[in-house]
Amino acid sequence: MRKVQAIVIGAGPAGLAACIEIAKAGGKAVLIDENAKPGGQLFKQIHKFFGSREHRAGVRGYDIGSQLLKETEELGVEVFLDSPVYGLFQDPQGIMVSYMHEGQEKALLGEKVILATGAAENALTFPGSTLPGVMGAGCAQTMINVNRVLPGKKVIMVGSGNVGLIVSYQLMQAGADVAALIEAAPSIGGYGVHAGKIRRAGVPILVGHTIKRAMGKDQVEAVEIVALDEGFQEIPGTGQVMACDTVCIAVGLTPLTELAWLAGCEFTFIPSLGGHIPIHDENMATTVPGLYVAGDIAGAEEASTAMEEGRLAGIAAAEALGLYDEITAAPLKGSVWTRMDALRTGPFGQKRFDAKAQMLETAKGGKE
Amino acid sequence: MKDEIRFTGIPSAGDLAAIPGIAGEERFEKGAVAVIECVQEIPCNPCEKACPFGAITVGQPITSLPVLDEEKCTGCGACLAKCPGLAIFRVHKNYTEDTALVEFPFEYLPLPQEGDTVACGGRDGNYVCDGKILKINQSKAFDGTTLVAVAVPKEHYMTVRTICRKKEANL
Amino acid sequence: MPEIKVKNHRVIKHPILSEDAPCDVSIFVDGKEIPAKAGEPIAAALLASDIHIFRQTAKKGYPRGIFCGIGRCTDCVMTVDGQPNVRTCVTPVRAGMKVETQIGLGRWAE
Repeated sequence: MRKVQAIVIGAGPAGLAACIEIAKAGGKAVLIDENAKPGGQLFKQIHKFFGSREHRAGVRGYDIGSQLLKETEELGVEVFLDSPVYGLFQDPQGIMVSYMHEGQEKALLGEKVILATGAAENALTFPGSTLPGVMGAGCAQTMINVNRVLPGKKVIMVGSGNVGLIVSYQLMQAGADVAALIEAAPSIGGYGVHAGKIRRAGVPILVGHTIKRAMGKDQVEAVEIVALDEGFQEIPGTGQVMACDTVCIAVGLTPLTELAWLAGCEFTFIPSLGGHIPIHDENMATTVPGLYVAGDIAGAEEASTAMEEGRLAGIAAAEALGLYDEITAAPLKGSVWTRMDALRTGPFGQKRFDAKAQMLETAKGGKE
Repeated sequence: MKDEIRFTGIPSAGDLAAIPGIAGEERFEKGAVAVIECVQEIPCNPCEKACPFGAITVGQPITSLPVLDEEKCTGCGACLAKCPGLAIFRVHKNYTEDTALVEFPFEYLPLPQEGDTVACGGRDGNYVCDGKILKINQSKAFDGTTLVAVAVPKEHYMTVRTICRKKEANL
Repeated sequence: MPEIKVKNHRVIKHPILSEDAPCDVSIFVDGKEIPAKAGEPIAAALLASDIHIFRQTAKKGYPRGIFCGIGRCTDCVMTVDGQPNVRTCVTPVRAGMKVETQIGLGRWAE
């Protein structure tokens, strides 16, 4: 079986960044992805990113994706597409990665393996939630921005995190009407500036409201929404019916951790990061020797932190491979940590900062 | 009353009064100036470098609110298209005797044309007044963001923040 | 005034993205020919032609369409060129493909 220094699974922002760091260190990385094209969810992000201007803030997501792809290409990273990974097996020489390609079972041995599998959108269950026309907000975003197809003309968005706010905006940019955005919590979850954009376009944001049911014979024709009290219980008599042909669900993400479970990683449960997360240390190393995680699998955040975590895992894996000595690696990792800490400050980042700090404590506890 | 941005999506008068991105009343009398309606501490700082005159400071940590130096700001508008939150506006209160100029980023189609009279809206998208399109700026440097400048009755210089987007205009 | 052009629900002109490429192939959905772009997910071509019901559930015959769009939920499966349970959200269009609304678990073509 072919053996390489590092295998990175998932060609989104975290995986691409990890490969770039390994290649920069002089290592050989193979990138495997189940999709036909690399980039993960970056190419549907058509808005200008936030963050620090030294790290591509103000640049649109798809341009960041193109830059990362160009870098991986220039550094000679080998990319296997259309290749879903289905198995990870510990081996005395590393970790064996089994995957499918064109109907064939294949395997590759990696001294180090980085899981950058991302996350999937959460579903929301209500009467009518299986009707055609109810879909994930990210699904609608892919349709309008990548495939250039409108899934509907009149949309109700459920969930006011940044995904719900941004996709509402982008649906309007693509020519749809967003009838309302509803949020069960008493306040808006995402950035005020994103909310401000859709308010200026005339979209009402109804906090303390949820969807009670979607109605329609063969597809969504209307929804009933209701107001909620502070205990998230329906306030009787507040139901109102709104016409729409599409309901987008933007109620958070769950890390795609199947491969980490399969590999035997120890997990911890952190709701603010999306649920069960493989325990990882300050190098993004899991409890399985040689196995790292980066990006949403290590806690659902956003693309900028995913890229930084990818870098960190890549640098740490390069160090573990002996490509960097400790003196070279330490400042590289330190600067990533400084940038990540900055992305996790302020009222929107503190919770994630605390959750990641708790994760490091958990990882330390496991080692003692 | 819960009128802050985190409840409504619209910066309230109180939100705007509390931030360092908006010049004092006297500065508005003197000429065009940037109005940075960034009211939440989010990790973001492209505006800082966008200003050729060093009039915007974010500093460390990058979640700090942008501080506008109203003397250094020339009202050039270079920062408008650089704000990923589309939260910076250019306001020239005394554009003419009875009109103010308000310029804002706009990322929808269709675009109006220079000279058109259009419905102008406030932070909630609702109609405020009619305005005349002075300039549609689609500079390559703005990376897809269009800047729209409108002339509106002077009293609306701190109210108008967009043109009303026609719903279902193109379907 | 330049306008957004949404032809067959396709977003041709866009304020940020460049003008979209036209359809270059046809596929057949339950025998009906619809325009499509080679390489796009089958589901995109269907939505573009205003087709939202992709299959019916096995027991109650309830309609289902696209949900996750990333190949995980399997709500969008259809019978494609005689093969049932093909995830249309991640399966690219090829010219002349025959796509059928799937009833229940579907069946292989004879």
